[in-house]
Amino acid sequence: MNAYWELTKSSFRRHSTYRLAAVSGAFTNSVFGLIRASLLLSAISTAGGSIGGYSAVEAATYVWLGQALLTPLGLFGSAEIAERVKSGDIAVDLTRSVNLTASYWAQDLGRAAFDVLPRGLPPLVIGAIVTGLSLPTTAGPYALGFISIIAAMTLNFLGFFIINLLAFWVVEIRGYWMLYLVLMNLLSGFLVPVSWFPQWMLDFARATPFPSMLQTPVDILAGRTDVVESLALVGTQLLWLAVLLTGAHLMVRFGSRKLVVQGG
Amino acid sequence: MIIEAEQLSRNFTVAEAGEGRGWNRLRRRSRTIHAVRDVSFTVERGEAVGYIGANGAGKSTTIKMLTGILVPSSGRVTVCGLQPVPQRQALARKIGVVFGQRSQLWWDLPLQDSFPILGAMHRQPESRWRPRFSELSEQMGLGPFLTSPVRQLSLGQRMRGEVAAALLHRPELVILDEPTIGLDMISKESLRRFLDFERREHGTTLLLTTHDMSDVQRLCQRILVVDDGVIAFDGPLTGLSEVAEARRTMVIDFVAPLDGAGLVLPPGAEHLGAEAEGIRHRIAFDPRLLSAAALLAAVSTSAEVADLSLHEPDIEDLVRQLYTSAR
Amino acid sequence: MAEIEALDSTWVTNAKLLRLLISARLRSQTAYRGSFAADVAGQVVLALTEFVELYAILHNIPTFGGLTFAQALLVFAFASIGFSIGDLLLGETDSMSDAIRMGKLEVLLTRPLPVLLQLMTSDFQLRRVGRLAFALLAMAAALFLTDIDWDPGKVVLFIITPLAGAAIFGALFVGAGASQFWLVDGRQFGNAFTYGGRYVASMPGAALFLPMQVFFTFVVPATLVAYAPSLVLLELEGPAGIPSWTGWLGLPAAVVLWGLMLLLWRAAIKKYTGAGG
Repeated sequence: MNAYWELTKSSFRRHSTYRLAAVSGAFTNSVFGLIRASLLLSAISTAGGSIGGYSAVEAATYVWLGQALLTPLGLFGSAEIAERVKSGDIAVDLTRSVNLTASYWAQDLGRAAFDVLPRGLPPLVIGAIVTGLSLPTTAGPYALGFISIIAAMTLNFLGFFIINLLAFWVVEIRGYWMLYLVLMNLLSGFLVPVSWFPQWMLDFARATPFPSMLQTPVDILAGRTDVVESLALVGTQLLWLAVLLTGAHLMVRFGSRKLVVQGG
Repeated sequence: MIIEAEQLSRNFTVAEAGEGRGWNRLRRRSRTIHAVRDVSFTVERGEAVGYIGANGAGKSTTIKMLTGILVPSSGRVTVCGLQPVPQRQALARKIGVVFGQRSQLWWDLPLQDSFPILGAMHRQPESRWRPRFSELSEQMGLGPFLTSPVRQLSLGQRMRGEVAAALLHRPELVILDEPTIGLDMISKESLRRFLDFERREHGTTLLLTTHDMSDVQRLCQRILVVDDGVIAFDGPLTGLSEVAEARRTMVIDFVAPLDGAGLVLPPGAEHLGAEAEGIRHRIAFDPRLLSAAALLAAVSTSAEVADLSLHEPDIEDLVRQLYTSAR
Repeated sequence: MAEIEALDSTWVTNAKLLRLLISARLRSQTAYRGSFAADVAGQVVLALTEFVELYAILHNIPTFGGLTFAQALLVFAFASIGFSIGDLLLGETDSMSDAIRMGKLEVLLTRPLPVLLQLMTSDFQLRRVGRLAFALLAMAAALFLTDIDWDPGKVVLFIITPLAGAAIFGALFVGAGASQFWLVDGRQFGNAFTYGGRYVASMPGAALFLPMQVFFTFVVPATLVAYAPSLVLLELEGPAGIPSWTGWLGLPAAVVLWGLMLLLWRAAIKKYTGAGG
């Protein structure tokens, strides 16, 4: 247990040295937030007050929370692990006494923990000034929201982890990575709230783990869902967590077996 | 004079991570490093000069200032009659540069495909670069792997390609930064033979940095030794090669422990000591008086040899020895 | 004879050099076939989700920023064509910080060609044609669905708009690449203007907050890429920040922006040779 905690801490420290990256990321997330908030508010005013259950201020809150959580939740992932698989360095990771998935997750947690403040706060402050935010005044949504954020961050980690592990079997994962990223960005409700989708797309999105990766924590944090709904949503997240975890576990097992057979 | 450097200096400001804990760690301070200090030297046309020094002594910084990648902090430098940074592109047509650690070939393409592009970059018509390419390809034996993608070449094959690429436009001056690093003996040797031929045949000036004593011995008549940013020695190679050739070490592992005194050593060899309870012995010898084979033959008469290795003197030690004695 | 040819620097024409450089790049790209196909597919899907985003908004409302679905599609198509061409040519300046870190820039600096030209051709990303293909398809659909009252002026505008758009995005990419010489870890900063610009360009400009309309028209000319010329083609009035006369400003804006971004680029190279990576 201690080893994972150390990994988390060292990852936090490593990311804390990239301050310029954090500042420029916060800037860019804020600019995108302004654009997205404009667009959604304009659409809502045309629609006469609300779309898909979102009023103007609720849609703005949705946008700004999304922009704030985007990087901490790890919506853009990385291809670092695939590089290690390709170079064979993953063999070194596998010989360690720690669980591969858990050790990478611990590092991602450290990254997320650092990213929360410098990348998350600026968009929220700008949002509060420009459009106003509608945040819950009771503690419940924040507590459940926190759990949901951890779950969503873990889901995002697992999703990209699985894509990275494809490198055990294919030469170049960039195409798959790109496809995954693009679909996930759309279906997670990052671009527009899932409830704005036409019915067929909504049904499709809900059959995937993607809404659990962003839409769920944002809705819970914004207090859009009552306790029962929130618990159900977190339950859905946990269900997907079990599915993806199993998938990742199987891939590590068969992938490392392949590594042994081929000698890296 | 093809290179003229006068009181060349270069400073860098580097940021350092702050000390302490928590948010204090995030504060950084900066420090100025004097990578090159008041370096003056000239290189005549047709010379072959070895530029030698330890890692971080300022070799690469000097090379960057000569090739137009870096502006000197102070001092003056002229290469081929041009000022490197302001006249970078004009200079690039007169010089060839090989970075041992970086590639200028097109990674995913067959080796031969890089040359038409480089020829065009140097504004040479095919009638001019093609014969040169054939010449280079023949001399360096590129033939067998011309159609292989560069990424699939061995390091030795790739370096030969890199050197051919740098020489395609018949540069007056070729600057090589660690050209033989990581190469096997055969590749090193063919590269050296080629560079030497190129200089004799075309009068091309060579300036190379290296860690390998044999590079300098084979190619250079003159060495410049840089130490901690200043030129520590500038002169002919003769002195250095004497020191360098004077001593080589053979490390021999015997099957059974042996007393050093029991070894029969021919003239020119000296027993330096034993390790591992008499299994491993170190013997210095002068290769001008005694070949390694003769030494081994002599030693084998005393006891059964299990393993051996040959060690050349460390270039930095030699250099230091040399310039301290020159002072 | 050979000597005389060598002296004439125009003997090897720029066009020939450019052709050689680009064809080399194309062959590199297609070297790994399977992955290349997946890449192209990824780019098509990317373009598709950008479209779906617009669709997801518009299926809830009759008009968005004053435009019907077909009209918004025209804007989207112009923006996508312009962006994908700009991205195709100069999108790799986005990874300038990697080229700096890995020393690739040093090799480029020892060659007798401008670095920017080498960068353009050495990283010409063919997979990005996937996006262009989708954009052209969207344009065909938009032309079929909208009712444009064509006249010679509009035809001219229709032709220059994608070119101006490509030039504007190309210039933004150059600027973003140049900014990474100062902000080596801060490459995301430039994305606010390149990808952010694409985002704005593909949406009806009237849907933006007024200050953003002004900013993305007169500072970062993203609305001039697609929305403003579409207003002219469709004979619509623009919002306060983007009057419809700006529809003809795309080309001049591209020229001005290129001038500025090239100055920035030169300063960036100067910074590199001055400070040394």
